Amino acid sequence: MSKPVVATTSLAGCFGCHMSLLDIDERILELIELVEFNKSPIDDIKTFTKQCDIGLIEGGCCNSENVHVLKDFRKNCKILVSVGECAIMGGLPALRNGIPIEECIREAYLDGPTVSLNEEQILPNDDELPMLLDKVYPCHEIVKIDYYLPGCPPRADLIWNALIALVTGDEMKLPYEVVKFD
Amino acid sequence: MKDKVQNIIGEYQNDKNRLMDILIDIQAEFKCIPAEAIETIAGQLIMSKADVRQTLSFYHFFTTEPTGKYTVYLNDSVVAEMMGRNEIAKAFENEIGVKFGSVTDDGLVGLFNTADIGMNDQEPAALINGVPFTNLTISKVKELVAGFKAGREVKDMVGKCGDGMNADERIMSMVNSNCQRKHGSILCLEYEVGSALKRAVNITREAVIETMRSSNLRGRGGAGFPAGLKWEFCRKSGGDINYLVCNADEGEPGTFKDRVLLTEMPEQMFEGMVIAGYAIDADEGVLYLRAEYYYLKAYLEDVLQKMRNDNLLGDKILDVEGFNFDIRIQMGAGAYVCGEESALIESMEGKRGEPRNRPPFPVQSGYHNEPTVVNNVETLSTVVKIILHSADWFKAIGTRESAGTKVLSISGDCKNPGVYEVEYGISVNEMLEMVGATSVQAVQVAGPSGACIGPDKFNQTIAFEDLATGGAMIVIGKDRDLLKEVVLNYISFFIDESCGSCAPCRSLTLILKNKFLKLLNGYGTMKDIDELYSWGKYMKQANRCGLGQTAANPILTTIENFRPLYEALVKTDDEFVSEFNMDKAVEASCKYVDRIPNVH
Repeated sequence: MSKPVVATTSLAGCFGCHMSLLDIDERILELIELVEFNKSPIDDIKTFTKQCDIGLIEGGCCNSENVHVLKDFRKNCKILVSVGECAIMGGLPALRNGIPIEECIREAYLDGPTVSLNEEQILPNDDELPMLLDKVYPCHEIVKIDYYLPGCPPRADLIWNALIALVTGDEMKLPYEVVKFD
Repeated sequence: MKDKVQNIIGEYQNDKNRLMDILIDIQAEFKCIPAEAIETIAGQLIMSKADVRQTLSFYHFFTTEPTGKYTVYLNDSVVAEMMGRNEIAKAFENEIGVKFGSVTDDGLVGLFNTADIGMNDQEPAALINGVPFTNLTISKVKELVAGFKAGREVKDMVGKCGDGMNADERIMSMVNSNCQRKHGSILCLEYEVGSALKRAVNITREAVIETMRSSNLRGRGGAGFPAGLKWEFCRKSGGDINYLVCNADEGEPGTFKDRVLLTEMPEQMFEGMVIAGYAIDADEGVLYLRAEYYYLKAYLEDVLQKMRNDNLLGDKILDVEGFNFDIRIQMGAGAYVCGEESALIESMEGKRGEPRNRPPFPVQSGYHNEPTVVNNVETLSTVVKIILHSADWFKAIGTRESAGTKVLSISGDCKNPGVYEVEYGISVNEMLEMVGATSVQAVQVAGPSGACIGPDKFNQTIAFEDLATGGAMIVIGKDRDLLKEVVLNYISFFIDESCGSCAPCRSLTLILKNKFLKLLNGYGTMKDIDELYSWGKYMKQANRCGLGQTAANPILTTIENFRPLYEALVKTDDEFVSEFNMDKAVEASCKYVDRIPNVH
């Protein structure tokens, strides 16, 4: 039987959840025996080359590209997992949700204390660039999400246990140490 | 300003436990609690400014910005909306030229929404500078606004007074008591003020408690805890001082019976308090009166003074050596959760009205950490009649588990809304006939925290063992959109009133609302209905107080009893539907950076 195929991506996240995945340490050798990676920053495959079994999503959606990638994942993965606070709730990027988008753009490109070189007052509007959404959306508001792994980031053991459970079909181990946050 | 604030604080002996009263007086004086006042309070009471702020930010009627010389708080509860409050709100906005939630530039008028003000049988209603105006019409609004502009006194704009004691010169309010059963079998029986107390002091304190225990009197606030047992627990707690508190913070939307008991028969309730005070050996009683009933305060104070003059209150009551008991009135400032007894005690101590962890229960450690009995207005009023007529007489009325009568506040789509004293055991059908309600879709029993039931359950009876209620009964007619007009309003109500202490109550209420809106907007799935239900069920076990535990009830009980209404909102067989709309989501940012959206 061929190995289950896993894809991962980071949308509006900080790559912290991917770092946490790498925190499984030497078990990564076990992991590559268990699964095959497809589209993912881990192996740097940029586009889906086959149907996948499991998609791990880090980050919510703050721009149009995030939405396209997420929908692409939904299309190509049997099971989609929101990994971490940003994917589940929007997380830190969603702090902007109470602020009008115009104000956010102004702060980032014109008025912010760290803006010094934009003398021509250019606002990014090239057609190639993703378009900013009015607010940051959690993944489950865009596509159906099957599972949620909480944490900022979720502990390596939590991600590991979830992957093992999905791959083996066994019940997931959820000891207190793995889901406590302080 | 500093002098005025200092004087106010001085009136309360620089006691930080009286912070509520201090803030209420400052709010009344300045129409807000300005930063300068906060600083003065903090300095004089030797507490941090943050502590002052955390109390004041908790209550609806405390503001840090001025609310206008004329402050209008228009009720936005379900029944108010049924009776046309939205047209009244529009009329106010048109006449005054500002939207609700704001004050005119000249500071003359402020328009604000508020949760139920206890006038459901005479909606639409508003409080203007604390004075209730009921049965509002568009022409009345025009008259009021003309009055504001002419600088008239709010009291002078009341016009014709309401029925019963509302016309008394100490109240002079247009509120109607609408006592629909003037000859009820317990509370409404005529009696001589003081006669029950005379009887009580002639028997021992233990004997009074025993009478209550054998009468099976249960708390009328909703939970139904046996009153005699509560008194006994308090008496046996062995504290230094015991306190007796009467809970007149009826904030459950749809309840107004305490308002009527307070207006029409306050002596009976106060006498019940004194008897309870005697039984539990308390020196001090407190009537915690909801802010919305401020207009009754002067009248109630006068009744208390009269009782003091008649030796029914104060030192050596009825010349009984060592029986000293007095009552003070503690005003609330607009917080539904303060109806919960431990939150109410926190509020009485000048703090945020956040429920305490239990145990210890208030009877063990309540007001100032001393044993405290908190009873409802109706419970304490009933005490008087039990003492006068005997426990057996009382027990013979009502049902086996629910002795006596219940005062119901009935409102909504019926001919005769108002207050009814009925025997426990009356069926919902009988009740509907009594109030002249035909073509009924649903009855909201016990307010939003209770249950919404349909005609298949109208043969159920009002009693603790069947349909328990604190008294609110809202009749919802066949033409109403139950989910949009009733359930949605209740969900929002709980979001506003949650104290925020327990995470599920703070967050899940909002998550449930979003899911509910998703259904209303036509994006829902069958799974959403199931999730609303299963997530809502979680509230019961995951929150500290009754508010959080029941906050999902509007959704839960309507899914149980009116599931087809939910299913009719589902337009698809799909398992997942997204409300996300890319065109809309990128519109604003593209416009701002001068770019043509390309969403494909």
